[in-house]
Amino acid sequence: MPDARGHFGPYGGRFVSETLSFALEELEQTYLSLRDDPDFQAEFDRDLAHFVGRPSPLYHAERWSQALGGAQIWLKREDLNHTGAHKVNNTIGQALLAKKTGKPRVIAETGAGQHGVATATVAARLGLECDVYMGAADVERQKLNVYRMRLLGARVIPVESGTRTLKDAMNEALRDWVTNVDNTFYIIGTVAGPHPYPQLVRDFNAVVGREARRQSLEQIGRLPDALVACVGGGSNAIGLFYPFVEDDDVAMYGVEAGGDGVETGRHAAPLSSNAPRGVLHGNRTYLMSDEAGQVSDTHSISAGLDYPGVGPEHALWKDVGRVNYVAANDNDVLEAFRELTHMEGIMPALETAHALAYAKVLAPTMRPDQHIVINLSGRGDKDIMTVAKIDGIDI
Amino acid sequence: MNRIDQRFSELKQQGRKALIPFITAGDPAPQYTVGFMHALVEAGADIIELGVPFSDPMADGPVIQKACERALKQGTRLVDLLDMVAEFRQTDTTTPVVLMGYLNPIERIGYDTFADKAAAVGVDGVLTVDMPPEEADVFGPLLKARDLAAIFLVAPTTSHARAATICAHGEGYLYYVSLKGVTGAATLNAADVAEHLEPLRGMTDLPLCVGFGIRDGATAAEVAKVADGVIVGSALVNRIAESADAPDTIAAQLKQVLGEMRSAMDA
Repeated sequence: MPDARGHFGPYGGRFVSETLSFALEELEQTYLSLRDDPDFQAEFDRDLAHFVGRPSPLYHAERWSQALGGAQIWLKREDLNHTGAHKVNNTIGQALLAKKTGKPRVIAETGAGQHGVATATVAARLGLECDVYMGAADVERQKLNVYRMRLLGARVIPVESGTRTLKDAMNEALRDWVTNVDNTFYIIGTVAGPHPYPQLVRDFNAVVGREARRQSLEQIGRLPDALVACVGGGSNAIGLFYPFVEDDDVAMYGVEAGGDGVETGRHAAPLSSNAPRGVLHGNRTYLMSDEAGQVSDTHSISAGLDYPGVGPEHALWKDVGRVNYVAANDNDVLEAFRELTHMEGIMPALETAHALAYAKVLAPTMRPDQHIVINLSGRGDKDIMTVAKIDGIDI
Repeated sequence: MNRIDQRFSELKQQGRKALIPFITAGDPAPQYTVGFMHALVEAGADIIELGVPFSDPMADGPVIQKACERALKQGTRLVDLLDMVAEFRQTDTTTPVVLMGYLNPIERIGYDTFADKAAAVGVDGVLTVDMPPEEADVFGPLLKARDLAAIFLVAPTTSHARAATICAHGEGYLYYVSLKGVTGAATLNAADVAEHLEPLRGMTDLPLCVGFGIRDGATAAEVAKVADGVIVGSALVNRIAESADAPDTIAAQLKQVLGEMRSAMDA
């Protein structure tokens, strides 16, 4: 748990301009008063069951496990959720909070578009106005999700400033929120941002790990030996890891976007590249920046991981050694994407394929009676165009 | 006595209000900034806010975002700003200079090193937009120990309880953000500003300065009636943007815009 002001050790906090302090205090109060409210929890659980389709299965990827020749691989199928990724767990929770605060409008930032789609979906269901900020470069590489959001009734606003990716979308969403704070609820999609977002986004996603823990006991007969999840801001990883944090025998691996390779500098891996500490988007964390403190450009095949910072609780877990943070390069990610699609008939998102790429390294080092649970955080339909382009195919 | 306190005490004796221009350092290129600072003083500036360019200026509108981009393209770093202040101080030892920006460039240099250097070159105050008093428990005392003012923002959304905390930690002056929004957004409402400043008077003796939404002499004069100081940024930075291709003409334009505000405020 963070301290009262949202610090996870030296990380986290609430580094925002004064205009937003009031809104964040209000959000914190709303959240703290509802978190342990049985009616709120019941409503959240009901939505997760009947709107999202939870619990998601824990699937034994037997053919792939055999091919890798080591540990048994289990996939936590968040790709089967409504809207196709883990992101919806959090947007359902935050939309319920928005409803309680009575604000008629929600905004969101999005990288790959999964969080934007999940936000547009819950906004449609609750009849809320919805604006989604998306870097112009990401609008280009995630056209399908952009159109999905528009069909759902959201306005997608391309952001042309800075590097035209996720971090710039978040800047613009924060500017919108400062301006429209009276009638707008900001649904942040990851475990970064100012307090209380890292905590509440974690709590809403922790359903993934709670289910996986229970399912492991039922299906494997014991807890798994290792967990693997991809990390951009870190919401799907924290959702899987958090309920296992006290289980010392369960090893955890967070897989960042290695881009062209961490050694080339062209990546989005602040933890595994040992980036300096810094402050961006309301929290202190490991942050890729140059010697003058300007935030660095990031590079990744996946728009959803293309972010220079990372959630503050991950930063703390790195320091205390609870989680091992590693990186997977674009080429290995593509290979893992193809391999799972061919061998198991499951097409993962490119973000998720980072976790798979590392599992390919990890599994052969383990015995066949050992077990790895991977968060299959999203499905790959949205990435078909990207992969086709790499294959030289014009769809 | 810190130059900021000195300046406000002089203004009080003269029955005048402070005019505080903001420009982004290094815009359109670093070699012009010190000249602009002198021009602003000639046009009637009482205090200068020098913006530290940042890659992700979350509280700024498009005008200052683009100024940051121009300055960063020219390689302007926080250490360069410190050199600019040192150069400015060679011929101006009385006009207070406040550095305004975001926390990350200061984090990279290190709080101690930054505070030492800032004090050494003649900086008088530091306003870090994304560092509210609650997060300033380490940095604030380091500034104070070197007689550098830690300046904080108060917004229309700030509760009375928070305002009291901010007043207790603030030094130099309080920067009242006149509207909900980013820099350079709408035009402010002077009556609304007056209503928000009133309760602050009961909490602090710090001068109350108002920024965001001041476009011309008329809005400056209106705000000067209810506040102790008027802060103007985007209106000046706009001129720099428009003439970025003819930088030698900018100083004269800045003098004209600021001079008009000075006259309107003093009328």
